Amino acid sequence: MRKYLPQYLAISPFFLLFGIFGLFPMVFLLYLAFHYWDGVGEMKFVGLDQFAFLVTDDTFWLSLSNTLQIWVLSTAPTLFLGLVIAFVLHSSVRFTTFYRIAYFVPSVTSLVAVAIVFGSIFSSNFGLLNAVLDWIGAAKVPWLTSELGIKVSISALIVWQWTGYNAIIYLAGLQAIPSEVFDAATVDGASRWQILWRIVIPMMRPVILFTVIASTIGGLQTFTEAQILVGEEGGPGQAGMTMVLYLYQQAFKHNDFGYGAAIGVGLFLVVLLFSVINWRLVQRGERP
Amino acid sequence: MRRHLVLGFGVVLSLFPFYWMVVMATNSTEEILKFPPAVTPGGELMANVSKVFTEIDFFESMLNTVLAATGATVLVLLFDSLAAFTFAKFHFPGRTVLFVLLLATMMIPPQLSAIPQFVVMAQFGWVGSLKALIIPATVNAFGIFWMRQYIAGAVHDELLEAARLDGCGFLRQYWHVGLPVVRPALGFLGIYTFISVWNDYLWPLVVLVDPDRLTLQVALGQLNRTHDTDYSMVMAGTVLAVIPLLIVFLIGARNFIADLAKGAVRG
Repeated sequence: MRKYLPQYLAISPFFLLFGIFGLFPMVFLLYLAFHYWDGVGEMKFVGLDQFAFLVTDDTFWLSLSNTLQIWVLSTAPTLFLGLVIAFVLHSSVRFTTFYRIAYFVPSVTSLVAVAIVFGSIFSSNFGLLNAVLDWIGAAKVPWLTSELGIKVSISALIVWQWTGYNAIIYLAGLQAIPSEVFDAATVDGASRWQILWRIVIPMMRPVILFTVIASTIGGLQTFTEAQILVGEEGGPGQAGMTMVLYLYQQAFKHNDFGYGAAIGVGLFLVVLLFSVINWRLVQRGERP
Repeated sequence: MRRHLVLGFGVVLSLFPFYWMVVMATNSTEEILKFPPAVTPGGELMANVSKVFTEIDFFESMLNTVLAATGATVLVLLFDSLAAFTFAKFHFPGRTVLFVLLLATMMIPPQLSAIPQFVVMAQFGWVGSLKALIIPATVNAFGIFWMRQYIAGAVHDELLEAARLDGCGFLRQYWHVGLPVVRPALGFLGIYTFISVWNDYLWPLVVLVDPDRLTLQVALGQLNRTHDTDYSMVMAGTVLAVIPLLIVFLIGARNFIADLAKGAVRG
């Protein structure tokens, strides 16, 4: 063992730091969820009370439903548009570097900044979008003051920020497909849509799965978009109350750390469920 | 031609929010709220910026953000390259198990541990301190995984063997053979880490309890909350918070995008 000491030392920072800042917090989260704690006084053991409250808490289920709705509303257009852009980019020869950077820039821009800008575009009273609608004679839309409007606005932000990122990844996947495949299909008279649906998408399955998994992990943790656009209470009808926003609100605004932790455990189970589903999808793809 | 029309339309959508941000930051709030609103950049930027400076301690927040992002980036590059080099090029008992364990840690969603991690920070006395941003950010399984893939292909075993025969110990092999070869990978991981820490919001929002010691994102969120009717001023702050990062990104954009895409397709 001694002769491997340098190797073990070299990898030890990760495991040491993960133990302190990754593993221990997860165990402690579970411990905390069995207690009542306001963050200052004594922790009080309450058994399963927090969970009993959780399963009957309408706001918790609403936050789960909101999170999933926003996830679907944002992920489907993001991945579809990303694929279309990648497809067009792939057949375009000029300015590709410019296009790539222009499409990628939203994904590295601060979410807080982006959410503030989108807030001013979607604002129901003073927003640019409603000013334009008004100008062309259409009715104003209550973007940030109605339940559907809030979800659409948050989703629009996510679509805007991540479409280009996914397009770049799909483009790399497309470039890994030998060009003879495209040539053969074109010679056989396949249309561009047929090539996209019959050849490209099946061949890019692993890359698409990667983007679906990444979008799931990101989507289930939606927080900043909602907090900046509609605030800590989730806006009218709490339509913007996501799971992480609810966790944040309970723990850090209402000082109810025990219940916040219980929400965290609930969120963990949801993430676990989706990980298993994703994993099954990957497994099925690997079978011949 | 039709292709470029489609792509061009996409670019307009992609870049429009940046343009709109600049329009708002360079006009007065009255100009934006009147009907029809101003749609071209105006000359009020300096006035708006000086209002930002009186509302929030912008330079303090900027300094904190730069310190946190730089500190985390340096540590991540050091720890991750060292660990990745070891996993990629050395055999030691438990290597596979430890690497699988490392990959498994990526499954844990980081937002989830905000509550317990806050408690850990309280125990350490790090609440409100930049250490709370830097040290946990160095736990980066993705970086080790990504570097390991790179090193496995880029660093040749013969080179390491030659170095060993010349009497190089483990650290000198890492420093003289490994590091020079992986420099491009360090560039990617460095920019990636810097951007992540710079943009992070929930964790600094939670842990930076001292209102005089915030990061840019938290200060910006606060500015937006307390002055949500003064669009121009908030946008001026937004422009200031976004531009330094865009510069960092644009310097390395070409390689960065290529590296990220390659990693996603391979992984």
